[in-house]
Amino acid sequence: MSVITLTINGIEGSAPVGATLLEACRQNGVELPTLCHLEGLTPVGACRLCLVQVEGARRLLPACVTEAQEGMVVLTHTEKLVKYRKMTLELLLSERNHICSVCVANGACELRALCAELGVDHTRFEYRCPDLPPLDTSHERNGLDHNRCISCTRCIRACDQIEGAHTLDMEGRGIESRIIIDMHQKWVTSETCTKCGKCVNVCPTGTLFWKGSTVAEMQKEVGFLQWIKGGREKKSWSYL
Amino acid sequence: MTSKTRVATVWLGGCSGCHMSFLDIDEKLIDLADRIELVYSPIADVKEYPEDVDVVLVEGALCNTENLELLLKVRDRSRVLVSFGDCAVTGNTSQLRNLLKIDDVLTQVYQAGPGSIPKGPEALEVLPVLLPKVYPLHAAVPVDFYLPGCPPDPDRILRAVTALLAGEKPELPAESITFG
Ligand code: SF4
Ligand code: SF4
Ligand code: SF4
Ligand code: FES
Repeated sequence: MSVITLTINGIEGSAPVGATLLEACRQNGVELPTLCHLEGLTPVGACRLCLVQVEGARRLLPACVTEAQEGMVVLTHTEKLVKYRKMTLELLLSERNHICSVCVANGACELRALCAELGVDHTRFEYRCPDLPPLDTSHERNGLDHNRCISCTRCIRACDQIEGAHTLDMEGRGIESRIIIDMHQKWVTSETCTKCGKCVNVCPTGTLFWKGSTVAEMQKEVGFLQWIKGGREKKSWSYL
Repeated sequence: MTSKTRVATVWLGGCSGCHMSFLDIDEKLIDLADRIELVYSPIADVKEYPEDVDVVLVEGALCNTENLELLLKVRDRSRVLVSFGDCAVTGNTSQLRNLLKIDDVLTQVYQAGPGSIPKGPEALEVLPVLLPKVYPLHAAVPVDFYLPGCPPDPDRILRAVTALLAGEKPELPAESITFG
């Protein structure tokens, strides 16, 4: 495997050719916060939490979709980057209706956990309190609550790339983005949904949940992504 | 230090759960009692918010004009103001009504609901007017420290209060600043 070398926060490191900056950072022991990224799904660069500063680049770059190049000089935790990451989380909190105290995902939510980790103990932005489409609990097993969605598209990618169903999609742009089912219909009427539950498991927030879960009851399990990805690459499956 | 720290707690648009959680620090309250003078609180019989308060914990969101008037007075008369619990910090469940029309809320609760309440001009004299939207405290006044949680658990309250009494800004670990 050919390798490139780069400098991360003043320390020399290396990564395989073709690795993203995020992979390079993690392989060299530098952790970056991420929300839209999930190992096993194609990266999209939607949440901007993984922004890093690369010497010579005129703008900040999302590490999850930027290829690591030979000789890159990367900074990951400058004052400015930390400030922007906090701001991003605050904007996410103010964009829809996040009421953590009554949320099914309370204990399993990546957004809530990142806020705590980065020290976001309040948001400076006015809450938009948007009136969103009603809860869809028509599905046999899954529920969809637009109030908690951060438009990371993890569910869409898992449904498309891992399950191959492509039941889920996104309508609208920016703050008008909404998850839709098939041709914008109730989940129960979907003919493509296999009821596999992958979307629910990969959703980092309380948007997609198992019906019947109450406050803080949701647990998410994403290990299956690695298993499926590995199996597909090696063309062999271990069931142990 | 000879004089005790002048501490107050205030209850705005919240369920009093944050106050209950404060009382849940149990026997530690006795240690605190030696070091503080509780000058205003829902659990103390004081009518007017006093001058010269060192530290105040404010529970609840801003829901009506009375909340707002009291908060402005509290800010004016206190050195360190703590946004105490999720309703104060985010609006939390109190701000669920922001998704609804205020007239619908009033009709639902006061006209369609049980019991009888003053209506019309009489109501304006005795009931505080609802603000068009529910807000977190920092929408109206500068806040010195945020203590999220619904309610904040007794441990994080104790840590924060202990630091504040020592005149320090509390440094809480990540697991102690989660919402909800
Ligand atoms: S999705 Fe996460 S941040 Fe949003 S209300 Fe639920 S627990 Fe809180
Ligand atoms: S349950 Fe499976 S098939 Fe159905 S929408 Fe979710 S990921 Fe797609
Ligand atoms: S439903 Fe969940 S996984 Fe899908 S875009 Fe919204 S937050 Fe992301
Ligand atoms: S993790 Fe890179 S943009 Fe979301």
